[in-house]
Amino acid sequence: MSYLALTDSDRDAMLETIGVSSIEELFADIPAGVRLGRELDLPPALTEQELAAQFEQLAGENAATGETVSFLGAGLYDHYVPAVVDAVMQRGEFLTAYTPYQPELSQGVLQAIFEYQTAICELTGMDVSNASGYDGTTVAADACFLAKHVTGRSKVVVTEATNPQVRQVVKTYAPGFGLEVVEVPHRDGATDPDELRAAADGAACVIFQQPNAFGVLEPAPELAAAASEAEALPVAHVDPLSLGVLEAPGNFGCALAIGEGQSAGNPLSFGGPHYGFLAARAEFIRRMPGRIVGETTDAAGNRGYVLTLQTREQHIRREKATSNITTNQTLLALGGLVYLSWLGPQGLREVGETCLALADYAKERLGLPLLFSDKTTFKEFAVRVGRPAREVVAAALERGIHPGYPLGRDYPGMDDALLIAVTERRTKAEIDRLAEVVATCS
Amino acid sequence: MAAESYPGDLRYHPEHDWARIDGDEATFGITWFAQDALGELVHYEAPEAGTTVAKDETYAEVESVKAVSDVIAPLSGEILEVNAAVADAPETVNADPYGEGWLVRVRLTDPGEADVLMDVEAYRRHLAEQ
Amino acid sequence: MQLIFEKSRPGRRAGRLPDHGLPVPEVPTELRRAEPPRLPEIAEPDLVRHFTELSTRNFGIDTGFYPLGSCTMKHNPRINERLAALPGFRDLHPLDEVSRTQGALRLCFELQQALAEITGLDAVSLQPAAGSQGEVTGLMLMRAYFADRGEAEQRRKVVIPDTAHGTNPASVTMAGYELTHVQTDARGNIDIDDLRGKVDEETAGLMLTNPSTLGLFDENIEQIAEIFGSAGSLMYYDGANLNAVCGISRPGDMGFDIVHINLHKTFSQPHGGGGPGGGPIAVGERLEPYLPVPAVVHEGDGYALDYDRPKTIGKVRGFYGPFGVFVRSYAFIRAYGPQLRQMSEAAVLNANYLLARLREAYELPFERLCMHEFVLSARPLKREHGVTALDVAKGLMDHGFHPPTIYFPLVVPEALMIEPTETETKETLDEFADAMLAIAQDAAERPEVLKEAPHSTVVGRLDEVKAARRAVVRYLFEEHPDLAADPAPVGAEAPKGV
Repeated sequence: MSYLALTDSDRDAMLETIGVSSIEELFADIPAGVRLGRELDLPPALTEQELAAQFEQLAGENAATGETVSFLGAGLYDHYVPAVVDAVMQRGEFLTAYTPYQPELSQGVLQAIFEYQTAICELTGMDVSNASGYDGTTVAADACFLAKHVTGRSKVVVTEATNPQVRQVVKTYAPGFGLEVVEVPHRDGATDPDELRAAADGAACVIFQQPNAFGVLEPAPELAAAASEAEALPVAHVDPLSLGVLEAPGNFGCALAIGEGQSAGNPLSFGGPHYGFLAARAEFIRRMPGRIVGETTDAAGNRGYVLTLQTREQHIRREKATSNITTNQTLLALGGLVYLSWLGPQGLREVGETCLALADYAKERLGLPLLFSDKTTFKEFAVRVGRPAREVVAAALERGIHPGYPLGRDYPGMDDALLIAVTERRTKAEIDRLAEVVATCS
Repeated sequence: MAAESYPGDLRYHPEHDWARIDGDEATFGITWFAQDALGELVHYEAPEAGTTVAKDETYAEVESVKAVSDVIAPLSGEILEVNAAVADAPETVNADPYGEGWLVRVRLTDPGEADVLMDVEAYRRHLAEQ
Repeated sequence: MQLIFEKSRPGRRAGRLPDHGLPVPEVPTELRRAEPPRLPEIAEPDLVRHFTELSTRNFGIDTGFYPLGSCTMKHNPRINERLAALPGFRDLHPLDEVSRTQGALRLCFELQQALAEITGLDAVSLQPAAGSQGEVTGLMLMRAYFADRGEAEQRRKVVIPDTAHGTNPASVTMAGYELTHVQTDARGNIDIDDLRGKVDEETAGLMLTNPSTLGLFDENIEQIAEIFGSAGSLMYYDGANLNAVCGISRPGDMGFDIVHINLHKTFSQPHGGGGPGGGPIAVGERLEPYLPVPAVVHEGDGYALDYDRPKTIGKVRGFYGPFGVFVRSYAFIRAYGPQLRQMSEAAVLNANYLLARLREAYELPFERLCMHEFVLSARPLKREHGVTALDVAKGLMDHGFHPPTIYFPLVVPEALMIEPTETETKETLDEFADAMLAIAQDAAERPEVLKEAPHSTVVGRLDEVKAARRAVVRYLFEEHPDLAADPAPVGAEAPKGV
């Protein structure tokens, strides 16, 4: 096989040094009763060009976003990923390195993570960020684990208007954490601060999303204040690309800011890999899950970077660790850092403004009733299409447009609602076409 | 770092904690052996004054870069004072584990418990077995 | 080297967006961003130079030998990068119609089948994002299984050996279980007598990797399976060391009920400086109903996502798992086919060869042939010359190698855990062995060279005490402290890391 380099003479010389006469002898400790005793039942080995042909065929059986004009969002978005991101992520010294346990050899990754942590803190208005979590759903579970240990309370509150998969993951982890999960229903697409305040009594944290799963802008500062009044940690789940136009959670009273990083620098890739981000106020640093990189010096006074506060982590704290996370999503977070650096603060604001402007244009051209008529939205908005949204999707796809996500999949009573995402990749012409196609399908 | 020593006027707990008893009050800390095993301390997670501690139970944590360790109460009592200087500069424990590096001062609830603690000779023998 | 923020200059930028020419609606004042975030303002040429320079300050498998124990730092095939970037995979939205994602679903399904065959189990979920997440998922499956049988209250404990990787006890806690530790005997196997006394009807299960973190195959595995089986408990296999036994022995055949696989270890997903990874789980039939939702299933002529799973534990990660990782791992498996056995044989041969070359100069804690990795102790060097495992690691950097894992597993003092993997040549192994022998000699003749190593890297030994104490974890712009001016003494201690 092409990835193996040992020749027959290598093997003979090595066996002799070891002092055995066959490779089989090296496996003598494995009892006969647990041996496979046959060949693995897998398709025969393929050469590189055969692999390429096979996989190109598999890829060809998918209708990739590039071939269809897509307004599909609902958690992952078709944003533009610039070529520099690929160029950096493909550098072998980043791609093929592991966790920087030996800092002298890993200053590249360590400094990059330090820069990423800085960028996330700037975006979210927080003091400390970790080096990444698995995705935007698991960081919500991480936030609950942290909040439980900080407050000693065993209840967490999540808004119903938070992304359904985020809520589902929190509920999956909750029993093991010993947590009760309470949901606050949405009222006409947003969350009522008074209702949230009532639910937050005795809660360790309150998680709300901004913009929420309907694309609606929540009264975020009031939700944070309501949580704080109940002495629950306010946790905002935010869209990184909204933070050029929307206020940072750290600046309106939140304890933690979490979210899905995919929009900032990662391709869709059928759901992953991506990165989740988690940032917090300074006082929570010792309870943070995940890797944290800190600055220091060597004996000569040179600035350098190291994994720090490792006593939080599994390899030291073991059963008392703040999380079991080991491998995280460093390379994807690096992609995020490159992307955010490529954008800069101006670019970030422009992306946000573009999404706002194009979405407004789409609402106008579609001329359909908005699901939540009096609410301000960012990037995504829901319309009523007058018939089951799934049918509209199917019909529009035949005409080369994916018009959006049928909300009825996740929320009762919304079968005729279509959630439309308009990113900076969409053009006015494409929006005109969307309006035309949907009009004939509704 | 301090030179290895185990003062004769202290009582010792097998988990490498010491107690200096003064009537119905006592001061607690960790021994030279403990601070040496941990390395230079970077954090002292202190309890609050007013809380009670029970003999053989954890009342605090100390951390170095490579390890975190529970600090065990040699005796039961109510915490009168926490050493804020150590909270600010944990390395004080390494430099002076029995003096400036004290961790808490307590009012003992059961002074008789001191009978089962080791004297310095017994503690040295205990260390030899480590 | 400067931080990218230090290279930032007002008004510079790299990316530009198309001009939409539309009015921009106002965000309500109370929600509007007041001050922009201080992201770097830098043009593309300097952006590229910055990250290129950073990459030159990093060591990957592409750079050289990287024998981190239990990490399986094998070569990452380049074709896999090209395949993962095919637009049909890369630009596919997971919520698109199932009829439009058949190629991706088929890839997932076929990968599931391959992993089931390799592990000797019946059903697979690809959802967990990493080995650690696979562990918690597996423990949740245990809980669901026992809850379904009315035994949830009773079964509160999980047994792990004292050689276990730190993620195991951390996962046990996250899943709400209690830990029971079992000792290792003089042969490096689980101490069977100790085990017998610790497994009863309160035991939910065992978490074990086999071969262990000592690189040793547990000779009593059949007895262990019998003990847990009789107690009605389950057995969980940590797949970190699967590289040793592919095509030779399967965890399902060893008696395990749940297995997580590390796609970034055994199946060549690049480690990326710390991730992404993939931690799919394979289970025996009786645990299949509890697997995360949705399941990727065969339906008629094609593939579908099955959400109708009433006994599922729920969802552990968004969507269906890290699909880009699946592409690479499945390509790796298809490149080998049944010859995965040869991969494991080469991994075990390489490890034993290194072991044979190094066992005289270093201390070998267990008198056995190893599997794909082995643990040496630098204790003689410490005792006789004051040179520690840490010093050996730093010395290796000056020889152009990434050090092995140090100070793990905890049962071996001054541990050096070495896993060469199957993709190394005999010459590389000989160079590494020669370096290790030279270091042993330096320990005796000029230990100060090792104590002050590394000399050839961009920074020397870094003050980890200062890092923990000062906790400067982001750039603070005008308020950024100058840590070189900090009077705190340089500490020589290093963290115990894997």
